[in-house]
Order: sequence, then structure tokens, then C-alpha cells
Amino acid sequence: MSFDDWLSTSENWVFLVIALPMLAAAVKLVTTTNVVHAALYLVGTLAASAAMLILLGAEFVGWTVVLISIGAVVVLFLFGIMITRAPMGREVTLSHPRNVKIAAAAVSFALFALIGFAVIDAFSAQPLTEPADATRTGDLGAVLFTRFVIPFEAISVLLLAALIGGIVLARRDPGSGEGGGL
Amino acid sequence: MTITQFILLGAALFSIGVYGLLTRRNAVLVLLSVEVMLAAVTINLVAFDRHVADQLAGGQVFALFTIAIGAAEVGIGLAIVLLIFRNRRTSNVDDLELLKL
Repeated sequence: MSFDDWLSTSENWVFLVIALPMLAAAVKLVTTTNVVHAALYLVGTLAASAAMLILLGAEFVGWTVVLISIGAVVVLFLFGIMITRAPMGREVTLSHPRNVKIAAAAVSFALFALIGFAVIDAFSAQPLTEPADATRTGDLGAVLFTRFVIPFEAISVLLLAALIGGIVLARRDPGSGEGGGL
Repeated sequence: MTITQFILLGAALFSIGVYGLLTRRNAVLVLLSVEVMLAAVTINLVAFDRHVADQLAGGQVFALFTIAIGAAEVGIGLAIVLLIFRNRRTSNVDDLELLKL
């Protein structure tokens, strides 16, 4: 399948319109010198990923990303930035020096090349099944509470443990005045 | 739409996350890069779910689990960063070298 054939489908245009800003936001996220801007670029990246999931026909997962990742996780990050008093303005010490950056770029590009080679070798341009087969949210809920109920309960316990752990770690001891634990 | 374009997108996003993880010094920014990598994993899971056309929608269910684990990871991670900041007055991961000889 040539690139012109690929571009003749409207879905692929939607894909490009979502994917290019997503990658741009992700690159800005890892290179920006402002912590708050990095959190805002994370909102852009996650919103584009939610749009990509909806394009793939997974509406429920897409809206879950919007609610949990954009709604809760980003707010948590903003609180973390405020509480740790990360430098709000432009700050050069947020990243490692240039030689580390070059090595990191080489590592990540090698990773991308490896995955890309393997994927193109394995799945060269197989079209996906039609969206008529897309999973409805009701089916997803039924599967979640029958076939996958044990992993679901395990995740529930994990979230409870994380909740209690977060409280224990972040709580100040009333007596000492300084942070407890550790 | 092909499966390849989605996996390449996921791979690119994951590689960008790895770059951020390796270059950032601030602990909060390291956690932000991990979140980008988790978004890439979610896209991969759902793309493979569509490719396999699984009747049980296992890919989407595990994408939901990934999102839940990501939220838990961020909560605990930020609590640890907060505790380190309280005790050491820094959130620079290079300064945490107590285990070095």
C-alpha cells in the first residue's frame, strides 16, 4: 500500500491530525524548561491519546483517560509541583547536561528504530477490522465483571493500598512537626 | 487504518517518554515522562485489541487496568517525592545519593 493510497482514507487524515500535535506536545513536554508548562503539555498529550482511543473504537477507555488521567492525575501533578516548590519560571537545572541528552536521544531513537523495524516486519500494512465490530461499553462492563473479575478486584485492593500508603507517606506527624516516616 | 500506524505512534510516544525519563533531573518531571509512556502503552493495548478482534475485549480491559495502576503510581510517587522534599529540601534526583559509597 503506497502512501497516496493510505492518505486517500479520511480516517487516516484524522489520525494524522491527532498524532502530529500529540507527538509535538510530547516532545515539548520532555524538553521544556518550565514545570507548569510541562504539566499542560501532558494534558495535550493525554487528550490526543484519548482521541486516538476513540478513533480506534474504544470510547469507554478514551473517556476514562479523559476523566482519570486528565481530570485527576494532572491535578495531582500540579499539586506536586506546588508543594515541592519546583522552580516555576525558566530553570536550566531541570534537565541533565548536553552529553547526557545526546546519549538519551541515541538510546530512545535506537528503541524506536528497533520497535519500528520489528512492527513493520511483522504487520506490514494489515488493515484493521471494520468499526462495526467495535466494543460497546455494555459488553466491556459485562466482561469486566465476569471473565476479568479477579484482576478487577486485585486492582481495587491495589488502589486501596495506594490510597492508604499515600496518606501514611504524606501525613505530618502531629507531635514532631516535621514529616514522619523514613 | 492499519495496525502498524498505531504501534509506530505508540513506539514514538514511548521513546519520547524514555528520553524524558533519562534526561530530567526534577523528580516530578520524571513522573510526567512515565505518564507519557503509560499513554503509549494504553494506545498499544487498544490497537492490538482491535487487531485481534478479541470477543472478550481483553486489550481494552487491560488498558483500563493500566490507567488505574498509573493513577496509583502517580499518587504514591508524588507522596514519596513530597516526603523526600520535606526531609532533604530537594526534588533533584541527582542529590539522592545516600546509597552511593
